[in-house]
Order: sequence, then structure tokens, then C-alpha cells
Amino acid sequence: MSREIVVNVCMDTGGIASGSLEVMEAFEAEFARAGLTASVEKHCKLHRVGCFGFCARDVLVNITIDGECITYQYIKPDMVERLVEEHILEGNPVVEWQVDQEYEDFYRLQQRVVLANNSKIDPENIREYIDIDGYGAINKVLREMTPADVIECVKASELRGRGGAGFPTGLKWEICARHKDPMRYLICNADEGDPGAFMDRSVIEGNPHSLIEGMSIGAYAIGAHTGYVYIRAEYPLAVERLNKALQQARDNGFLGKGIHGSGFDFDIKVKLGAGAFVCGEETALIASIEGERGMPRAKPPYPADKGLWGKPTIINNVETWANLPPIINNGAEWYAAIGSENSKGTKVFALTGKIKNTGLIEVPMGISLRDIIFDIGGGIEGGKLMKAVQTGGPSGGCIPQAHLDMRVDYDNLVNVGSMMGSGGMVVLDESDCMVNISRFFLEFTQAESCGKCTPCRIGTKRLLEILTRITEGEGRKGDIELLLDLANDIKDTSLCGLGMSAPNPVLSTIRYFRHEYEAHILHKHCPAKVCRKLLTFFIREDLCTGCGVCLKSCPAGAVSGTKKNPHHIDTSVCIKCGACYDVCKFKAVLKE
Amino acid sequence: MEQDTLVRLESIYTRFKKQEGNAISILQDIQDEFGYVPEDAVCWIAEASGIPESKFYGIVTFYAQFYQEPRGKNVVTTCCGTVCHVKGAHRVLFQIHEEITLPPGEDTTKDGLITIEKVACLGACSLAPVVVINDKVQGRMTPDKMVRQLRKLQEKKP
Repeated sequence: MSREIVVNVCMDTGGIASGSLEVMEAFEAEFARAGLTASVEKHCKLHRVGCFGFCARDVLVNITIDGECITYQYIKPDMVERLVEEHILEGNPVVEWQVDQEYEDFYRLQQRVVLANNSKIDPENIREYIDIDGYGAINKVLREMTPADVIECVKASELRGRGGAGFPTGLKWEICARHKDPMRYLICNADEGDPGAFMDRSVIEGNPHSLIEGMSIGAYAIGAHTGYVYIRAEYPLAVERLNKALQQARDNGFLGKGIHGSGFDFDIKVKLGAGAFVCGEETALIASIEGERGMPRAKPPYPADKGLWGKPTIINNVETWANLPPIINNGAEWYAAIGSENSKGTKVFALTGKIKNTGLIEVPMGISLRDIIFDIGGGIEGGKLMKAVQTGGPSGGCIPQAHLDMRVDYDNLVNVGSMMGSGGMVVLDESDCMVNISRFFLEFTQAESCGKCTPCRIGTKRLLEILTRITEGEGRKGDIELLLDLANDIKDTSLCGLGMSAPNPVLSTIRYFRHEYEAHILHKHCPAKVCRKLLTFFIREDLCTGCGVCLKSCPAGAVSGTKKNPHHIDTSVCIKCGACYDVCKFKAVLKE
Repeated sequence: MEQDTLVRLESIYTRFKKQEGNAISILQDIQDEFGYVPEDAVCWIAEASGIPESKFYGIVTFYAQFYQEPRGKNVVTTCCGTVCHVKGAHRVLFQIHEEITLPPGEDTTKDGLITIEKVACLGACSLAPVVVINDKVQGRMTPDKMVRQLRKLQEKKP
């Protein structure tokens, strides 16, 4: 009797960092050891797959026997022997290592379109993508549809760009397709630079062929024969898997001359980003592909009109491209039925921060923030209170708890002073200082400003200086008004999206957390106890057991005391690093 | 320039001409070959290709990925993305600087053993705070764990 056994191990960057390589090796070793039984009696496959989504539970392993799938969480190499022995060889699942109800709940409200196959197929094996009807959509497009049909279908699906601004994809394609210049280019923006966003990385690491297929569909629709993937060099694994996938696609005749046996030629080149956030902006990205400094230029003309090498160019991000095969396969109506009135389909979010269930989620547009944070996310870590959720990275803003029932889509996010961005969602709790967060983002945008236009180059610098002053207790009356003035000017006068959105973190935190700014400026007090210069550290004698751990941890030699007697911090020497606070097991170190 | 360096540069330049590369791709090739972008290498390529040196310099200083100095044997990269920031990346970074003394304004130790750098986001936010030590991503970093890791690197010293 032969059984079909499939073992899937989560092998994206997150999984590997949690030790999935070692888990994989352990499985290989166990299989070799159990060799006879595994290979003769059974048909057994060991798979590396992309991100399962629930990264907080890594390493995740799926063992499927005859179609019955059981997921294990927190798997370490030394647990593999028992899994193979009991589950695979004897057929008795190891109950105590299985995922729990909370794991099921994590997926309950999710709807997986882009990530649907991430945990099922080996990203380094094209056959597996083909086996789940991969490359079916491009075949349908090439054989049954005209380019105009494809554009019509994408327009009817109401798909909007997933890279941030949310421009209707079909419309953009139509503009490009109508252009009289027959030479066109197509670009995939995989320069995922927003801190806190990693959905593009996960799609490429987990299902690179879906991107290739999506780009092929787009190329046919607009009549482009060369495509580029502009990808961050900070994502080595994604680059490696993408290159492998491209080669396999070429070997199978899916890229190159006459793709899929049609008369249509298309190939994709990979361009490695060189580490500049501004290159996520489309005109800067084009300059970078052309070998120039990645500096944006004024729009119009838009790239759909005049892009790479001056030719009409379509730029969409990874998630947008990956949405295309399912749209073609299931039809525009199916896609347009998902989501809210003006935002259709699903969106992938990187749900992270002070939340229990961190990971990659895909939800229908229009789901409430509350559902995302408290249902899927399982609420705030460590029983603390939620303060805000930051969306849209450095271009977005902080949404306070009062807006928890807001439906998440492009327009609603803009209305509350944030934006979709590429889909980072960082949850902040009561221990996070909003002035500090705002300063953090400005530090980032100021460093990443390309320097071409003055409002962004000088403006972000001044914003950062004022915010730094406030967090260091040097805030002055009138600073808030100054920040608002400056922020609005930068927004109105900057050349590109980076400058226009850079003040968003400042504006949104002042809008919702003005009292925190006032506390810093007027009372020299940081309510969340984060801004170090405004804090004093001291030890409560009644709680201190005199264990001496804080004394050892203090880099400044500010802690004194003898064993088993209460210790003391000399505030004149203390550098306020917080090391003692972190190490004290008795909560005897306080900061005020 | 040494003969060996010249041979390496010539092969980069031949590849560049064959693949119709651009100024960024030559610099990436130079950095892959030498580990950083040496000034004399750029001068040689500029001469050979007719692309002005100033253009190369503009690119090298624009993109964070290019290094103008040799890097250390070990590279410790601290992620300073949003999530790492709120989960205490600065405490890890503080500890790194407590442990490793760098010459002022430099990011590599005098003996060339360790390079310390920051990165905006590695996209491994679920594991924050994250530090990458010699290409290996290490999640849920604490100041204590960091010290142990750094000491391990320092013991490798010959």
C-alpha cells in the first residue's frame, strides 16, 4: 500500500532566520535514515515552500498524508526525529506540537488570492507551479484574448496599483497601449523600501512564477517585449529565487522568443537596486535602471507616456503583477466582487509591531482595522493597551484607536491622514512615544531625500531638527505650529511622492496625539517614557533584592550597592541607556 | 596598479561592453570583485569607457550600497526599520558600540575585523529586532545576545 506524503517547510527569509534550514536538514537526515520505508513503500516528497504567513510561529511545517494536512508550529531540528517516526512512519500525529485554535483564527478572516499558493509549492521548481495550473492564465490570454480584451478585463476588475498610490492598473495600461510609439517597456517595482513592509519579498520568495506570469500578461496587453524587475539587493534570497525562476521559465519556452508556443516575444531582465529608498518612485527607478543617480523628475509626462529610455513604460509593483493570473483565471467580475466600493480585491499587509500574531496577512479590502488587529492579530502583546497603528511606512501616518472601526481601503486611509503605501502595518502600544515615532520617520526620509528639490532636501532636515529638539527636552512654545506650517509647505511644493508624503507622520501624529507633543514641549515630560533625555532612572529600595544584575549591566558605572542590599543610581553619572531597567527581574528599576 | 588588479579590471570592462551595462552595473561588478570600490579602479574604468569619473563618484555617493573603503572581515548589520525601532534596535546598537570601539567617523575596526552598519529594513519584521551577522539573519536580538555574538567574532582573531 503506498501513501502520498508531502512535507512542506517554511523557507523564506523569516523562516530561515528561525532555523528552517536546520529543520530541513534534519528531515533530510531522518529520511535518509528511514530510507527503506520512506522510499520503497511510500511516495514521499520534502518541500521547501514560501512564507506560510504566521511568522510568529516559525518554523512551521506541514505534513500531508493522503491529502490530510497537519500543521506543526515552533519546530526545531531536534523535534524532527519524532515527527518522522510517529507521524510519517506510524501515522500518529504528534498532537502537542500541532497548531492550536489561535492559528486557525489567524486565517479565518483572511482571503488568500496572491498568497494562495505560497505555502503549497516549491518556489524553486517550476513544475509545481504548472501542476497547480500555473501559466494557465497567460496561455488563455495568448490563445483566446486580444490585448484590448486583456486591458478591458483588468479595467473591469477595478484592480488598483498595490505599490502605494492606488492608480487604476487597467487605465494605466490603456494609456500606454494607445501610445503611437511601438517600442514599450514593462517594469516590476520590487524595490520594497518601506520599513515594515515585506509582502513583495514574500511573494518573490514564495511564488516567483506568479510574478513572471503576471508580467507576461501585462507585456502582451501593452505590447512590450522587454520587462525589468528592479529588486532590492537587500533581499538576496528573493533575487536568487527570481533568477532561478526566470531561467526555468526560459528553459520551458515561457520567456524568450514566441512564449508558450505563440508568436509573442517577451523576456525579463533583473536589475539590482543599489540601496536608495527614493528609487521606489517610478521616475527615479527608471533613472536608476538607465544607470543614473536615482533622482525623480517632474510629472507629467508620466512613464506610461515617456518612461524608460524615453519610451512608454508601465510600472507596477510585485503584488499588482501577482494579482493578474487569478484575475484572468477567475474573471473580472469575481475579482470586483471582493472588497469595498472603490477598492477591489484583496490586500496583503505585513502585520507587525506590538501585536501577538505577527506575520503576513491577506484580507479583502474594506475589512475593519479592529478585525485585523484584534481578530487576526490576536490583540496587543503583553496585555498592554493599543495606542495607534502606523500604515504606509514613512509616507503614511499613525491611526489612533478611535478609528479602529474604520474600513481599510485606499480612500479611507487617506481620509484619516495616512495611506495604503505598500501595506506595512505596524501596531504601536502605550509604551511607544508618538513624537519619537514621528522623529524616527523623519530621520529616515531626511536621509533618503535625494536632494534634488529644496522643499524636501532642506524641509525634512528642519523638521527633523525641530523634532529632535522636542524629544531632547529643548522644545519651544510655537514648535507645533512651526512643524505644521513647514509640513504643509513641504507637502505642497516637493517634486515627487517622497517629499510630498514625508511630512505625513508629523501631521498625523500632531492631529491625533497633540497632547504628547505638548507634554514634551511645555512640561519636558515624555508620557510614554521613551525619550531618554527626559527620563530619570532610579531604584525602588523596597523592591530591590540587591542581586547586582543592574550593577553589572551598567556601562557608565552609575549603579552602586553591595550584594543583598538595595542598590542606588547616581543620576549625575547615569547616561540613561536603560540597561538596568531592561535587566531587572524585580521591576525595581523605575523611569520617570 | 598591480598586474593582477589590471587583469581583473579588464575582464570587468569586457563583460560590461558585451552586456551593454551602465555606470551602476560596472560599479556593482567592481564592488563584487574587490569588496569595495577602489578609487584607482574607477579612474581606470573611466579612462577606458569614456564615462567621466565624476559620474561614477556621483553614483557611488548616492547609493548606500557602494563602499569607498574596504570592509571588515565580519559585517554586523543592525536593522533599524520601524518595527525593530519600537522593539529596541537602539539598545542593541548601543550595546554594539559599547563593545566595539570604532575610529571616529569610521565603521570598521582598526584591525579590519568587524564592520558595523545600519540598514533601513530587511523585511524580517516578525523577528524584530533583527541583526545580520555575516549574511545570517538573527532575529529577536537582545543586548546580551549581541555581546555574546560579538565576542565570538572577536575570538576568531588570529
